[in-house]
Amino acid sequence: MSDQAWDTLSIQAVSAAGVVYFLALMAYSAQWAAKRGLVAGDESPRAEVFGRFAFLLTGVAGGVHLLALVARGLAADPNRVPWGNMYEFTLTASFVAVLVTLVFFRRWDLGFLGPWVVGLVMVVLMADVIWLYEPVAPLTESLSSPWLVIHVIAAITATGVFTVAGLVSILYLLRSSGRMPSLPAAEVLDRLAYRLHAFAFPIWTFAVLIAGPIWAHQAWSRYWGWDPKEIWAFITWVVYAAYLHARATAGWKGRAAAIVALIGLATLWFNFIGINFFFGGGSQHSYA
Amino acid sequence: MATTNGPAQGNERLPGELTARELLRWSWRQLTSMRTALVLLFLLALAAVPGSVIPQTAVDSFAVSQWKKDHTQLAPIYEKLGMFEVFSSPWFSAIYILLAISLVGCILPRTKVYWRGVRAAPPAAPRNLTRLPDSASFTTSDAPAVVLDTARAALRGKRYRVVVSEGAVSAERGYLREAGNLLFHVAVLVVLAGFAIGSLWGYKGGVIITQGTQFSNTPTQYDDFTPGKLTKAGALDSFSLQLDRFDIEWLYSGPRKGMAHKFVAGLTWWDADGKKNTYDLRVNHPLSIGGTDVFLIGHGYSPVITVRDGEGNVAYSGPTPFLPQEQRNFTSYGVVKVPDAKPKQIGLEGLFLPTYNGDPLNSAMGNDLNPLITMQAYAGDLGLDSGAPQSVYALDTKHMKLLAKPGGKMFRVDLKPGESIDLPGGNGSVTFDGVQPWVRLEIAKKPGTMLALGGAILALLGLCASLFIRPRRLWVRATRTADGETLVEVAGLDRSAGGDLSDDLTAFVAALQGAATARDKTAGASGVQEDQ
Ligand code: HEM
Repeated sequence: MSDQAWDTLSIQAVSAAGVVYFLALMAYSAQWAAKRGLVAGDESPRAEVFGRFAFLLTGVAGGVHLLALVARGLAADPNRVPWGNMYEFTLTASFVAVLVTLVFFRRWDLGFLGPWVVGLVMVVLMADVIWLYEPVAPLTESLSSPWLVIHVIAAITATGVFTVAGLVSILYLLRSSGRMPSLPAAEVLDRLAYRLHAFAFPIWTFAVLIAGPIWAHQAWSRYWGWDPKEIWAFITWVVYAAYLHARATAGWKGRAAAIVALIGLATLWFNFIGINFFFGGGSQHSYA
Repeated sequence: MATTNGPAQGNERLPGELTARELLRWSWRQLTSMRTALVLLFLLALAAVPGSVIPQTAVDSFAVSQWKKDHTQLAPIYEKLGMFEVFSSPWFSAIYILLAISLVGCILPRTKVYWRGVRAAPPAAPRNLTRLPDSASFTTSDAPAVVLDTARAALRGKRYRVVVSEGAVSAERGYLREAGNLLFHVAVLVVLAGFAIGSLWGYKGGVIITQGTQFSNTPTQYDDFTPGKLTKAGALDSFSLQLDRFDIEWLYSGPRKGMAHKFVAGLTWWDADGKKNTYDLRVNHPLSIGGTDVFLIGHGYSPVITVRDGEGNVAYSGPTPFLPQEQRNFTSYGVVKVPDAKPKQIGLEGLFLPTYNGDPLNSAMGNDLNPLITMQAYAGDLGLDSGAPQSVYALDTKHMKLLAKPGGKMFRVDLKPGESIDLPGGNGSVTFDGVQPWVRLEIAKKPGTMLALGGAILALLGLCASLFIRPRRLWVRATRTADGETLVEVAGLDRSAGGDLSDDLTAFVAALQGAATARDKTAGASGVQEDQ
């Protein structure tokens, strides 16, 4: 296949994934509707069927989403990992969000989370295509390094998981203030949020404080330069460390900790999107 | 992490009155409390923010001077607050030093507690197991000793530390979690130490070398050189290097058209013993000489210019690095100073265009397809004898006269390679001989880097242990009931932050129960019933 054909395929796959995510969301709504009026603990066979169907559709959409990523990498000349600009980062991070949800679906009983993740990813994909799209281009010299692959995949994975974790923290805050009684109990949500954050935190640590500096050393001759992107990565790390501490501190566990986690998520996304827009050329990390 | 104080001990004193010693103790307790650590972490995050909004001298000193020009009111205030050097400012340092002290104050007592805990046996079973949040019970016809034996074997198999006493099994595992947590916090200090060593005893510097020229590693040969506060003169490893060639590939099509890639600087270098080596220096592939790293961080052009003075002698000849104004088309600015020219010193100032395409201000491309120099010429005193240091990239024209054609018409030195032009007023001539590429090298030595990296890796390992190991305690008690059955009570305690024991406990109870039932069956088949 020609590069052009891969490019076209990638774009079509993004649209197709968006459509299937939408169908999954519909299936989730149907499941929700079928469950309405049931007392907690009661089973509804119809809801069960819709739930399975929604899971299946999410899986299919995730597969098409992955195809979009692979095709994007194959469309470049020379072929490369699809992590060269913000469009590609966002495409990948949203895929990671879906992937963790699917992988831990059974183990952590994530049925309730499905519609939220799918809805969020759908919106993010739309925003990505509308505002962040860039044509395929080869990587700049300093980006073509094996450490790019390692550093960026870790940063993106952590971003995807932190995002899902933040979503759970929001649901926890809502649930613990008495809204949305159909969600799992507040303690369950709190524990799940912690597990997701605890899963993402070491990955972020590795991306930002180990792989990043090694790569920066090779590419820019310094490990750590307090460049705006690095500063905000550090801020994110410190805020999430504060979250982990907050959970172990009397008076901070629970709601306060969840709010700290959401501040962490805000710094993460500000760094991801905001730095490139507001600081532009001021950061060595601006890829535009 | 005690944050509350016991009641004041002296009877005579008013409540709230403290001796100096108590005050000290109280402050120490406050400083090393988890709550303080939390607040300090927040402060650290907050304190880093201005560093990303306000230009920083260490990152881009040019941006700082620009910013100061644009904000004349704020600049002096910001200057006083250290806003242009946030990460070396007293207040930023104060926060992380307090955090480090708090960290030490936190690690030491916890290490002691941990040390004792690791050697102690798992705690005895609480009196009332079913009061614990995760508990279960069942009855069986097996004797208590048999049940406890099974439980002990099963728990051993799951790497619990087990003791049996007073009709109950106590088991504990996951000791490594706290070890991991301690390792993580110690390792954070190691990383800090590594970076401190690097910035105190290391150095870094930049130098431009043109193809065919040499550099040897002494401070005077650098264009800019930043030693650490404690760097000794002998810290510079002795080596020298030469740029043999510089290869580059320009893109003539595609979305990055006009940009370049595949930069390779072919170096010859000599180590301290004079042994000769070669190395192809590329972006992302620094050259390591001992503990010193050499990086390729930029490139440009050095026009080779020859200046003859008014007396007809060659007063200057050689490649002169011009600095690119623009990474896209490499329109470059440069200065030629000819102090040896007689009767008057000569200075040239202007642009080098690698691809001249009719526009005297902008090169069409970064590639040197049609090079041109377009400069103004000055004669007079270069001001080099005053003793004040001068940049080689700036011409001080205070005591010089701009050369013009007879009649005052504008005169420019516009030359293509191989061309010459006479300077007006009998001041000599300028020849543009050709173009050589230059590369900018960054040379840095950071001792302590390996320490920091090692610390970071240990921190990560410790962190994973701390987050993913689930310390838990389990107890099994078996008692004979009045009706001759055995009542088995099982309870557990998950001591990690994200713990959820109930599933595992259910599985464990099921296994115990299963074993008991299986024994019942085999015992039934062989016709032997214990205790009957
Ligand atoms: C440089 C500053 C610090 C950083 C980056 C940091 C980071 C962390 C992280 C990431 C954890 C999570 C590990 C876990 O949940 O098991 C943690 C846990 C912990 N930290 Fe720190 N910490 C710092 C300073 C401190 C200080 C000063 C104290 C002492 C007051 C402290 C006491 C603790 C304790 C007791 C835990 C265990 C919490 C638990 O049981 O979950 N830390 N720290």
